[in-house]
Amino acid sequence: MRTALFWIFSAAAVGSALGVVGSLRSPMNSALSLVVSMLALAGLYVLLGAQFVGLIQVMVYAGAIVVLFLFVIMLLNLRGGGASGAESQPITKAIGAIVAAGATLWLVRRLAAGRAPWPDVDEDFGTTRAIGEALYTDYVLSVQVAGVLLLAGIVAAVVLAKKKID
Amino acid sequence: MGDLSPFHFQVVAALIFAIGALGVLLRRNIIVMFMSIELMLNAANLSLVAFSREIGNDQGQILAFMVMVVAAVEVAVGLAIIISLVRNRDTVNIEDTSQMKW
Repeated sequence: MRTALFWIFSAAAVGSALGVVGSLRSPMNSALSLVVSMLALAGLYVLLGAQFVGLIQVMVYAGAIVVLFLFVIMLLNLRGGGASGAESQPITKAIGAIVAAGATLWLVRRLAAGRAPWPDVDEDFGTTRAIGEALYTDYVLSVQVAGVLLLAGIVAAVVLAKKKID
Repeated sequence: MGDLSPFHFQVVAALIFAIGALGVLLRRNIIVMFMSIELMLNAANLSLVAFSREIGNDQGQILAFMVMVVAAVEVAVGLAIIISLVRNRDTVNIEDTSQMKW
């Protein structure tokens, strides 16, 4: 069951990630592919026992961030365009392909060598209670700093998107 | 977890990261490039959560949560920059905006 779910979610996540990059018609198609990718990743998080992170993934990414993208695409009324690929020199392409293939091979070999069985975890591993307790005790400073960062982000977004800065 | 190993999840994360990097390198539409950056952040998050499960410690999930907070702020600011860019230059193709000042 878990194995089947893993393959379904992985195929959905990777396939729709390709859809984000590969849809040349309109940024709208990319944004809708991005929603599918985020939801599939949330499924993978839950498979890994990280219920809280999966929930936040659905609410923040699929719920808020992608909607923000859709708003901007509709606000700017974008259609197609800008889809052309980068024209780089053949030699740079060849070097890039070789380096990427080598890095991928190295990564896969290293990861395959280090495969270990899953350890047993507590019943409340990754639940909202466990993560929340850690966030508000050991990591309370990080939470405060994140709040300040969000405030700065709100102010910056308003200032940047204003028509005239006065 | 049946016959799944942490290796499976790391390969999925690596694939999504590579697709996102390709998107930033190949596409010239600034909004699609921005979405590709989000894909890369998500791949890093998946890697963090998988490693967190592999060592049986939930600190990796807290780091993933913080990455999500920063990503949300980044999207808000980045989209505001894109809006003001389109207002001033009427283009989403980054090849048309090669100067720092105009």
